[in-house]
Amino acid sequence: MATLCEGFTLCGLVQTQNASDSPIQGIELDEDSDHAVVTDSTRSVTLYKVSDQKPLGSWTVKQGQLLTCPAVFNFQTKEYVVVSDNKVIRVWKDEDLNLDKAFKATVTADVWRVHSAPGGEPVVLFQRGAVRFLDSLLSAPQQPIEDVLSEEEVIRWSASIVAEEQHFVLFTTEQNGECCLYVQRLNPNTLQKYRLEREDSGASPLSFSASLRDKHLNLLYLYPNGCVYQSVVAARGYVGLEGVQDLPRSLRLRLPVGEGELGAASAVALDEAHVAVVGVPHPSARTGKDFLCIWNTNFQTLQAGILRNWSFVWCYLGKLFVPHGKALSIIPYECQKSSLASALGKLRHTGIAVSKSSVAVPSWNTLLHGDQPQGPTKIVETRKSVRNVKLGVNCVQPQPHQTGPVDEVQREVEVLVSRGDAQDLQLSVGQLACHLVARSQAETAFYTPVALAQLVQTQFLCHSVCPGLLLLSLEHKDYFLCQLCLQLFPDIPEVVTCACLKTFISNEVLQTPYSDNFLLPHLKDLDTQQVILFLQYLQFVYLKYSQDVYTQTAGLRSPTMTQIIDWVCLLLDAHFTVLVMAPDAKGLLSNLQSFVKSQVKLFSELGKIESSLQELHKMKLSKDISQYSIEVIELF
Amino acid sequence: MGEFKVHRVRFFDYMPTAIRAMAFNAHTERLALARMDGSVEIFNFTDHYFQEKVIPGKDSRSTESLCWVGGRLFSAGLNGEITEYDLENLRPKYSLEAYGGPIWTIISNTQGTQLAIGCEDGTVKLFEVLEEHIQFERNLDRQKGRIISLSWHPSGTHIAAGMMDMIRVFDVPTGHAVQRLLVDRGFGGSKSQETVVWSVAFLSDHTVVSGDSAGKVQVWDGHTGTLVKTHLVTKWDVLALSVSKDESSVVAGTSEGTVIQFQFIAPTLHQQQDKEWVRTRTFKNHTHDVRALAEIETAIVSGGMDTHLVVRPLLEKFDEKSHASGLRKIHFPHVSTEMAEITLVSNCLKKAGLLLFQFPGQLELWRLGDSDGHGKPGDRLPLKRKPEKLLLLKRKGEDHICCSALSSCGGWLAYSTVSCVRIYRLQTDNNNISITKVSKLPKALRSAHQLCFSSDSSKMFAASSQSSVLVIALTQSECKYVHTLKPKSGSRQPIHLMTTSVDGKWLAAANSDCEIRVYNLQKLKLHCIVPVYGSCPSAMGIHPTTNNMTVVHADQQLFEYSIVEKQYTDWSRKLQKQGLHNVWLDRDTPVTHVTFNPKNPNQVVLHDMHMFCIIDQSLPLPDQKTQFYNQMTLRSLSEQERPSHLHAFKICKTFQVSLLFLASLLDDQSLVVVERPLLAITSQLPAPVRQKKFAT
Repeated sequence: MATLCEGFTLCGLVQTQNASDSPIQGIELDEDSDHAVVTDSTRSVTLYKVSDQKPLGSWTVKQGQLLTCPAVFNFQTKEYVVVSDNKVIRVWKDEDLNLDKAFKATVTADVWRVHSAPGGEPVVLFQRGAVRFLDSLLSAPQQPIEDVLSEEEVIRWSASIVAEEQHFVLFTTEQNGECCLYVQRLNPNTLQKYRLEREDSGASPLSFSASLRDKHLNLLYLYPNGCVYQSVVAARGYVGLEGVQDLPRSLRLRLPVGEGELGAASAVALDEAHVAVVGVPHPSARTGKDFLCIWNTNFQTLQAGILRNWSFVWCYLGKLFVPHGKALSIIPYECQKSSLASALGKLRHTGIAVSKSSVAVPSWNTLLHGDQPQGPTKIVETRKSVRNVKLGVNCVQPQPHQTGPVDEVQREVEVLVSRGDAQDLQLSVGQLACHLVARSQAETAFYTPVALAQLVQTQFLCHSVCPGLLLLSLEHKDYFLCQLCLQLFPDIPEVVTCACLKTFISNEVLQTPYSDNFLLPHLKDLDTQQVILFLQYLQFVYLKYSQDVYTQTAGLRSPTMTQIIDWVCLLLDAHFTVLVMAPDAKGLLSNLQSFVKSQVKLFSELGKIESSLQELHKMKLSKDISQYSIEVIELF
Repeated sequence: MGEFKVHRVRFFDYMPTAIRAMAFNAHTERLALARMDGSVEIFNFTDHYFQEKVIPGKDSRSTESLCWVGGRLFSAGLNGEITEYDLENLRPKYSLEAYGGPIWTIISNTQGTQLAIGCEDGTVKLFEVLEEHIQFERNLDRQKGRIISLSWHPSGTHIAAGMMDMIRVFDVPTGHAVQRLLVDRGFGGSKSQETVVWSVAFLSDHTVVSGDSAGKVQVWDGHTGTLVKTHLVTKWDVLALSVSKDESSVVAGTSEGTVIQFQFIAPTLHQQQDKEWVRTRTFKNHTHDVRALAEIETAIVSGGMDTHLVVRPLLEKFDEKSHASGLRKIHFPHVSTEMAEITLVSNCLKKAGLLLFQFPGQLELWRLGDSDGHGKPGDRLPLKRKPEKLLLLKRKGEDHICCSALSSCGGWLAYSTVSCVRIYRLQTDNNNISITKVSKLPKALRSAHQLCFSSDSSKMFAASSQSSVLVIALTQSECKYVHTLKPKSGSRQPIHLMTTSVDGKWLAAANSDCEIRVYNLQKLKLHCIVPVYGSCPSAMGIHPTTNNMTVVHADQQLFEYSIVEKQYTDWSRKLQKQGLHNVWLDRDTPVTHVTFNPKNPNQVVLHDMHMFCIIDQSLPLPDQKTQFYNQMTLRSLSEQERPSHLHAFKICKTFQVSLLFLASLLDDQSLVVVERPLLAITSQLPAPVRQKKFAT
């Protein structure tokens, strides 16, 4: 899960006339990870100590001069570098007070950016696309600078990446609505041009962000329609590809944009699974685009969001730098590695799950492409297209389950289940189940418990493949099927779990995976009587188990103690106020309380014993040293 | 190889005394070290920090300061005397009353022509250094208040003197005080207390560096008398200062046990010429006051109340990791007068082991305990008889005991101080022990550096001046001088090791010039000189049957020399050809004892402070790839696999947590190990200065 921490303000900002322009040109780091070099949109560069939120130094160019690129820190010489009025490169040190007295060099062409990264020499990127190392440029400032870009082509964005002795400058250009990515490798110098796939609307990307992962350069870009694409370029390998390559892309995220298109927004990749986005509306708050959100691209889930008014974002070392209104805010964030387990919620107890773990949530990719590995250039299709494919398969095979009676359906299912091809089966079992459920829902007389149970037992089904199945079985009070589903589906939504709870209490329910946060609101739907009954049941189960903990046999499906306690806690969390008021819950609650008390006491006693036992352990180790002893030793 | 019964003796209450002063002679690379009890030790820094000489202490002597003049060593102390030491005879050469009350410090000028002392009465006295003596020359202007510390300007024209609340700079030719540098007092409650300038250093550029009791290290301009910089380094005292030879670094020792280094460097990279004294590093190797300091070429040497001598290498002075680049803590001087001790092989009457402990002021004779049980390896046997202190013999006079010996029959006991030798006759009769002093001793026997008895107890050998050995015949009734074994030529350095052969034919004596002479006792003349090796012998022993002599040197090299054939044995040549294992060579304490297994002629037993080693000459030598400490591995192997993994060096580190003094083989495959755990010593030290720690 990604979380945004409490933000704080680093400094105030001068508001620019145009609200969509950032009052800040850029934020860079220097060698101290706690420092930030902030370049404003006009004349000054300020060095801040981030944790203290105080400026350590500030440098300003004369009135009339203008800083045209963000100041960077040269990690090799420990100097700062900035460009004023497009052509004048200024270099100064921390202790220099006056920027005017600092080293200056005028170059012959307009500079777009100076890029610097730890471990690499600073690089100057000119507006016409030429690239020079800062050192070699400063040694001969008047050297001619060639044009790389064509007349109309304009640089929109650039970045530099240093990795494993490789140094890259990436920049994107725009010309007549066509966007291109240039990858300039340094030492040896090669330039590769890629054409970005055109978006249907013809719009060009709003923001770019580049990162290096697994020896591949990842470019992440956001379009005004809310689509976030990722393109991958190998960092090593093919040099010498001539001409312009088409750059394949994959859709990482489709952000809800509400009405119209996005104006100013930007997206930054935080790690391989998380993207921070500003200037895009929050999906649950329809209006306003003033959110900072972190999305998980693997699960397309929104993980954190704060309401503020902003449209630019920088990200360094676990902190997001966001200018908004009259201040520059810093918001620390955390992205934990997300796993399927944490997305699905609590897992089944491992002891039980081992044998059933063959049930996996079918991956769309597996369904579509078999087990081919996902190459970096492969385009991941959207869910929409998957559905199309499924429907397509469906139309080709007219089957008896569409209209036939129960017996016939039963036979069809048996035939299907007896087929061996697992890959195929997975697809058809899902379709068949969906259709059966759909038909059962449409025709009240039609219900095929045996066939459905067989389908479920193939273990190729899961809740998300056939969402109606469990509810259908509940409707028909087919508890056997319910139990089976609860046993075998790894992905039952909490709302359905609660629905099951309302109808019957089982061992099985307690063992379904869940996430506390999602379950809690649905638990609140239970009425008091149900809660009391459920609690009583839990208490009964608990007492039963606590009497004979060790008699739990592995084969018997029974919830573990932890699962029981977790459920008790959740129930109490959800309904505590109601239960306190309910007179018939009084006995139950006091029982539970005394039970908790005894548990706390037990643990504190255990804690006491622990230290004593440790002492005992120590005493054994150190032999008592007497003044004299005769011992036997053996040498070999 | 076999099982051994080990007598673990932990009732030896040895307590080293605190280090008070230190002086390093850069020319000879010898470190002189004075302890609180008045003893002086000389360490040879070119030879693995080997402690080559010890001058025993004296009750009335207290040394405050040491000073080298060329190869001559002077000390001064609160008894008001200046002492020059005779380093060949390990005794004070002469002492001179300075008539200025207690003396706090003694220094010499760089030319080595004059000595200056700082006295309690406020005078700085100059002495002229003559060939064989020193002579009072004159006083500098007398000051009010004692002179605590002195430093001579390298040119010899000025002297800086640390006093109470101030530093004075004297012009030596005129004797007048030319500068008065006032030292601030401490803050708070200590404002009313005078600040003691414990140490000063006068540099070539007339910079004066001072360390004082208010915890400051201050840098002064000696020309103008102005304060340049103050470094407040501790809440307690800065006790000692030492300047490196090139004057680019100064180290300061404090009461907190830290040593703080200051370096004369440019604080920023840009102005390389603007240098100043900057505090750079802090070393914490002591728990108590650092009273003595010396910054030598590649290391900082420090010592103090906690009795340890620490050699802290400056790693930037080394290009690669080597033996010298490791931190060296010399916890216990291995041949100090205060701790020598001897186990006796067996008592001829009772077959019981006797143990002699030597302290500066007394000798203790113990009988080992006994057990007739048998046990598995790792077992502790039930005691049939407890160890018993048989005798406590207090010395007479002020001089501390420097050596002692017990004959192998248990009938004779002898000790020596720098002024006299005493021999006693011991008689054990059932459980009673009686002691009689041998009254008439030969005139020639005045003092000894080493004492030992022949194995049949008929003779005693005393190492005397100029590397000579006196032979004394012992009979029931009298002690008679027989002969002096005296080298015709060669070194006059004192003998520090002496051993005899069991057959009574040979006596070997080693001196600190690394010479080992073997005398034929039947002919009473020199038999041969073992080829001189470049490192001092630290232990030697003569084999009871083969008469081969095993010698171990300070650099851990090991030789076996056949006395009869006057050449190294084949085994020794093989060992030298193959080279000793690096693990063996990297050990940092010298082997202090060599003995032999009476049951197995192939086995030599050696020990240092942390381990004992049985060398089995019948087994293959380990090469560099062999696992050297292989006892654990051997233990885990099966009986059949073991032989292929055996090598000659069998090392037992079971007793490594403690200080190992001696491992000696008794007749019945049993060893005696005298342990003195470090913890037992540190627990006897006074409490260190209180330092504020979190939540206290």
